[in-house]
Amino acid sequence: MADEPIISRGFRGRRAPVERASRIPPGQYEERGFPVLSAGPTPRTPLAKWDFTLRGVDGASATWTWDEFQALPHETITRDIHCVTKWSKLDTVWEGISVDTLIAEAAKRGVSTAPFLVAFSDGDYTTNMPLDDVVGGKAWVVFGYDGKPLHPEHGGPARLLVPHLYFWKSAKWVRGIQFTAHNEPGFWEVNGYHDRGDPWREQRYQGDP
Amino acid sequence: MTETPDITEPATRPARIEWRAATVRDVINETSHAKTLVLEVPGWPGHLAGQHVDVRLTADDGYQAQRSYSIASEPSKPTLAITIERLDDGEVSPYLTDALGVGDRLELRGPIGGYFVWEPDVGGPIFLVAGGSGVVPLMAMLRTRATAPASIRASVAATLLYSSRGWDDVFYRDELAGLTSDRNVRVIHTLTRSQPPGWTGFTRRIDADMLAETAPDPSLEPHIYVCGPTALVESTAQTLVDLGHDPSRVKTERFGPTG
Repeated sequence: MADEPIISRGFRGRRAPVERASRIPPGQYEERGFPVLSAGPTPRTPLAKWDFTLRGVDGASATWTWDEFQALPHETITRDIHCVTKWSKLDTVWEGISVDTLIAEAAKRGVSTAPFLVAFSDGDYTTNMPLDDVVGGKAWVVFGYDGKPLHPEHGGPARLLVPHLYFWKSAKWVRGIQFTAHNEPGFWEVNGYHDRGDPWREQRYQGDP
Repeated sequence: MTETPDITEPATRPARIEWRAATVRDVINETSHAKTLVLEVPGWPGHLAGQHVDVRLTADDGYQAQRSYSIASEPSKPTLAITIERLDDGEVSPYLTDALGVGDRLELRGPIGGYFVWEPDVGGPIFLVAGGSGVVPLMAMLRTRATAPASIRASVAATLLYSSRGWDDVFYRDELAGLTSDRNVRVIHTLTRSQPPGWTGFTRRIDADMLAETAPDPSLEPHIYVCGPTALVESTAQTLVDLGHDPSRVKTERFGPTG
């Protein structure tokens, strides 16, 4: 349809300084605030009832209570994040536990990984990813943001953090990971959004390259 | 969960949502800071009320900026309308509201979003809660209902609770008033900062009492759509759940206006 971009006469745009512009993926702009986007009411699970589960294809599972989870080794993570609604935020600081750590701990309890996974959350939210996108220091379950407990609006008590993918993959209110043999599209993925969601390839919607 | 093929299997890939050239056919002043662009979009595949489009502007040196805007028009209309609130320090919105005129072109792609949508098959009653420019996708729902067959209009009661700063900040003011000639439609305004002389309506932010008074009873299982700034959406959605509405029937879209 639009083979050549239409030039908007007189449109200048607001370009980020070069050193920051190189960190902003195509079609994104830098946001200094922290917008909130979610599809329904914010779920509120008391910490006493919160737990986190890793479950294998065969049904074997490992579950941590909040206190057990907190006893795992913490990491502080500073990353840029990119929301499919076009904003990017640079140098966000999180505290949480690496998914690598969770997988290693779960392996001791007989839980095996699989080529894909579905993260599931309170409020019935789900999102899917290949295993490769959450191992090797690329994904965390975080409960701290900017030195404080993660606010419920932003996914507290805990959310997934997969900063190299669009931020809907960083499931808020996350309660566990189900490993799957195949790719099983999650909530936004069945509602038109991309299965992988790499912001540098601008994989926003189903059908994008 | 059903088994689906791997991502890598090309046959399962749906068609890309392509960029399309749209031509501005009309510009409507909604308020002093918001305009509706009425667009002709050749090849437009159709949409559902509540969906949005991505708009892309390109500067003469190739620099590009994108933003998302909710669709304001009903699917049966041959043109596509988006309403844009001008942010004084915005990158894209001032260009769309101030520089674009009839006959100008821009690129867009869509429709996007499959969750925050209403179509006649969903049924009613529907309860729509808007803050500021959050009314835009809800207007598409009301327009869809208003142009649906009489049997749909008879069976789908609609209520819009709409929070604005002042009377002059209300989008689609006359059209909303006109919609209430249908006895099955209620439009309730709250004006939180200033009110015209003789105003007898609500003058406060949306709260539990206001929602209890205006929302259909939870036993009627209304389909609820809430769109507006984060604080309004957070408190409204939580209050509706507290009032007994099933969280799965409360759909939200949160935005500050995007620049």
